[in-house]
Amino acid sequence: MRFTGKVWVFGDDLNTDAMYPGFAMKMEPSDAAKHIFYEVRPGWTDEVSAGDIVMAGKNFGVGSSRPVAALFAELGVTGLVAEEFNSLFFRNAVNAGLPAMTVPEATTTFSDGDVGTFDLSDGSWRNDTTGACGAVPKLPELILDIITSGGVLPRLAAQGYVPAELGDVLRSSSVAMRSAGSGA
Amino acid sequence: MGMTIIEKMLSRKAGLGTVSVGDVVVVDVDMTVLIDLQFSTMWIPPIRIHDPDKLAIVMDHAVPAPTIKDAAGGPHARKFASDFGVKRFYDVGRHGICHQVIAENGLARPGEVLACSDSHTCAGGAYNTVARGLGPAEVYSIMCTGTTWYQIAPTIRYELEGVKPSVVSGKDIFLHIANEYGDAANLNLEFGGPGLAGIPMHDRRTIATQGAEVSADFSTFEADAVLTEFFDELGISDYIAADPDPDANYRDVRRIDLTALQPYVARPGTVSRNGLPVSELNRQRIDQAFIGSCANGQLEDLEIAANVLRGNTIAPGVRLLVTPASQAVYRDAMRRGYLQDIADAGGVVTNSTCGACFGYHMGVVGPGEVCITSSTRNFTGRMGSAEAEIFMASPATVAASAITGYITDPRSVTA
Repeated sequence: MRFTGKVWVFGDDLNTDAMYPGFAMKMEPSDAAKHIFYEVRPGWTDEVSAGDIVMAGKNFGVGSSRPVAALFAELGVTGLVAEEFNSLFFRNAVNAGLPAMTVPEATTTFSDGDVGTFDLSDGSWRNDTTGACGAVPKLPELILDIITSGGVLPRLAAQGYVPAELGDVLRSSSVAMRSAGSGA
Repeated sequence: MGMTIIEKMLSRKAGLGTVSVGDVVVVDVDMTVLIDLQFSTMWIPPIRIHDPDKLAIVMDHAVPAPTIKDAAGGPHARKFASDFGVKRFYDVGRHGICHQVIAENGLARPGEVLACSDSHTCAGGAYNTVARGLGPAEVYSIMCTGTTWYQIAPTIRYELEGVKPSVVSGKDIFLHIANEYGDAANLNLEFGGPGLAGIPMHDRRTIATQGAEVSADFSTFEADAVLTEFFDELGISDYIAADPDPDANYRDVRRIDLTALQPYVARPGTVSRNGLPVSELNRQRIDQAFIGSCANGQLEDLEIAANVLRGNTIAPGVRLLVTPASQAVYRDAMRRGYLQDIADAGGVVTNSTCGACFGYHMGVVGPGEVCITSSTRNFTGRMGSAEAEIFMASPATVAASAITGYITDPRSVTA
C-alpha cells in the first residue's frame, strides 16, 4: 500500500491515446508499452526504470477503457499520482492492482527526479528529496482491498471463477491484461 | 435531502433509502456486455459465470478482423458463447458498435445497471440507464460475479430550454457545452428541462456518449414521453425509470438556450474549451471527412448526410467515409436509399465497426492530413498519425465539408 520511487512529472489532460495509441493495440503488451507518451515525451520509455512513479496534473487519463495501467506495470512503474484522475482511468489502475493516489498539489511540490513516498493505507505522502509532505483522504476500504489483492483477476482466482493455479501469475498486470483483453 | 437521477437509481439498486456524494455503493449489474477486443488476447475462459442471460457479446471494434491477433479472438468468443449458453451473441453479420447494438436490442433499460468494457458506455444514460465507462478487467469480473461498485460523484444539471433550430444536432449541443464549460472529471452530468421534449433519442445518445470526452462519470437523461415511445416500439415496458427530486442537490445548474445554438466545430486536440461556431472558423481545407461511431453512425445521422449529399459531388482530393453504427443501421439505410445517395456523391460506405474512430482500421489518417469527423474523439493521434489534425463537427457539417473541400456550415450548402 506504500510505494516509493523516482517521480516523473507530466502535465494536464494526458489522454489514453497519448499513452496507448490505436496502432499499439495491435501489438503484444511488452511492445505496446514502448509507445506510452510516444508523442508527448518521445524516448521516455527508454529512460523510465522499474520502481519509478508516474505523476500527472489534472484530468489524468481522460479517454478510453484501454488497460493503460497494465502497460505502466509492464514498464515496472510502481504507482501513479495525479492532481486529478479521470475516474475510468483510476478504476483501471485499481483493477490492475496498480496503486494510485490523488494529490491535489502534486506537480507543484514535485519535480522530475525527486523521490516520493505515497502511502494509501493512511493517505500520507512525502517528497523525500525536498521534505514537503501532506495527507489526502484515505480511499474506501473496498478499493484498498482490490489494490491489495493485486487487482480483480487474482481475486477471481481466489474466489474460484478462474483457475486457482493462475492466482499468482494473474498478479502480473501484463498476464492479467492478456487474460481479460482490451477495452476501448 | 433529495436525490439526482443517478443518485436515485444507485440508491434503489443498492437497496438503500438514500445515498450521498462520496458514498461507495455495491450494486447488482442487470446486463454485462463483452466486446471483441476482450477475446483477441490470451483469453482465459472462466470456470463459472454469474448468469449467461445477463450477458451479451458484441463484435465491434475490429471486425472484419484487420489483424491475425483480432482474427484469433473470434473463435474464443464463439466457443465461450457456446460453452456458457450466451444467447445474446452479436457475431459478424448481426453485429454493430456495442452501444448501437445495446440500444437496438433494449439492453440499456431505464433504472437498470449496464456494464460494458468500452469508455462510451455512458451512451446508455440516454435511456435513463446506470451506465458508465469501465475497463476490460472490471467487466470480466462483473461477468463472473454479477456485481460492481460505484462512488457517488457530484452532479451538474443541464436544463435544456427552447427549441433547437433544425440544422442543430446533438453533436452541436454537446460541442457547445464542451466549449462553454470544459471538463467534468469526477462529476456526473444530468440532462432535462422543458427543451428535452424537442431532442430526439438519437441526439440524446450523441450527447450522453460524449460525456466521456469531458471526462464525466455518468451522463444521464430524464425519462419522458419520447423515451417511453422508444421502448414501446421495442415492446419493452417492464422498467422503472428514475426522475430527479425537486430538491436534489447539484454542484451546478446550467441553462442551455437551444434556440440560440448553431453548428459548432471543435479544433484538434480536445473538445474542452476548444470550439467555435463553424461560421466563425477561418477557411480550413480537409483531406478526409468521417461520419460514423457510436456517437454519430446512427440511422438519423446517415439520413442527414444523405440529405446534404444528394445531388452533390465530393470535392476533388477529399474522401468521405461513412460507417453505419450497426448492421441493422446499414440495412435500414440501404433500404431507404441513404447509402445510394452517399455513394452516388462519391462517398465510401464501410461495414459497421468502430474502425476509423479509434485509428485502428477503415480510414486511418496520415501525416499532415486534416480530418473533419463526427466521431467521438479529436485527440492527437486518435485517428492515425500524430501529425494529422482532427476537427470535430456534426454529420451535416462533415457532409457539407466533404462537398466543398473545407470545413463548411451546412446551412450554406444546398443541392
